[in-house]
Amino acid sequence: MFKFFEPNKIFKITSRAPKYVLFLFIIVLSIGLVEALILSPEDYKQSHAVRIMYVHVPSAWISLGIFSSITFLSISGFVFKNKNFFLISKSLAPSGFVFNIIALVTGAIWGKPTWGTWWAWDARITSMLILALFYAMYLISWRIYEDKEKVFKITTFITILGIINVPIIKYSVDWWNTLHQPASINILSKSSIHSSMLFPLMLMTAAFALFSLLIFLMKYNTELIKIKNRGLDRL
Amino acid sequence: MYGSKVKLRFLFIVIILITLILTIFLILKSLEENVVYFQSPTEIKLLSEVKDNKIRVGGMVKKDSISINANEVRFIITDFKNEINVIYTGAVPNLFAEEKGVVAEGFLKDRSVFSATKILAKHDENYMPPEVKTALEEK
Repeated sequence: MFKFFEPNKIFKITSRAPKYVLFLFIIVLSIGLVEALILSPEDYKQSHAVRIMYVHVPSAWISLGIFSSITFLSISGFVFKNKNFFLISKSLAPSGFVFNIIALVTGAIWGKPTWGTWWAWDARITSMLILALFYAMYLISWRIYEDKEKVFKITTFITILGIINVPIIKYSVDWWNTLHQPASINILSKSSIHSSMLFPLMLMTAAFALFSLLIFLMKYNTELIKIKNRGLDRL
Repeated sequence: MYGSKVKLRFLFIVIILITLILTIFLILKSLEENVVYFQSPTEIKLLSEVKDNKIRVGGMVKKDSISINANEVRFIITDFKNEINVIYTGAVPNLFAEEKGVVAEGFLKDRSVFSATKILAKHDENYMPPEVKTALEEK
């Protein structure tokens, strides 16, 4: 099983792909920023403050998406004893953590002019902070344990603990009274965001996803080089 | 297809997940009072006793209820069932307006008067350009 995960083949891809991804990222980001900061309309209530959304929301999405992915990969790696899945998780985590922090910081910057406060201990914001702590635990445990088997088990456990928080983040605004407003974008029902604002939001999400992919490829490439140099530690 | 070890590890993960989900669910259920960021005027009305600890009340600012004299702001928070009068001294956030969401932090004087120390504006999930808003209102 998983024959196609041959280090040499993957290495060829991960060492060549970054420059193309970087190129694509710069294009999408430039169009996205022009759309978000200049062309998109201001909000009827928040006026220009709404533009923070184009950074805040994609960052939050990406950090949630990456955490879900590393959980899925860690559990699969644990069940099927596949080292490669753990390395992919390890390489994904840093960009997820960074986007989580960006979501928290931009949220604070957005909260001040609109709500009137930098921080509120409401369910959405607190659960997002908890996610950042899980990311931190995950990243630190890769650094403190030398024994690979041990790291695999501990990181899997951390992701399982953390994944329960993900649906809580998603539904916190529906389950409890929160200062944070409910979701504007719904897959099943009509979104409460105007299409002229949805388009730049999607562009920025694509740009951030490409950035995560870029960082992932570079990180993963480094991991493969480490394995090559050691020679012993096969996938 | 898979070895018994693989199945066992999978079962192990599933059991851990179920246990954790149930535990967290029970914890959150019992902490519900602290997880909610604010209470509605109806919940305030149903309080058994008026305590003097800091609480938050949230809802809509009632239409035509804002009166500002000197530095004191008075308005009514409503959840369309019950209302509560709020007295506040200080600056209000930009998005504070009639018929918009608001959260007031402060102390209850009695079940219908709330002395706020901080006012937060709560905005909804609707985003649209001003022209669209005007067009919607004309309909």
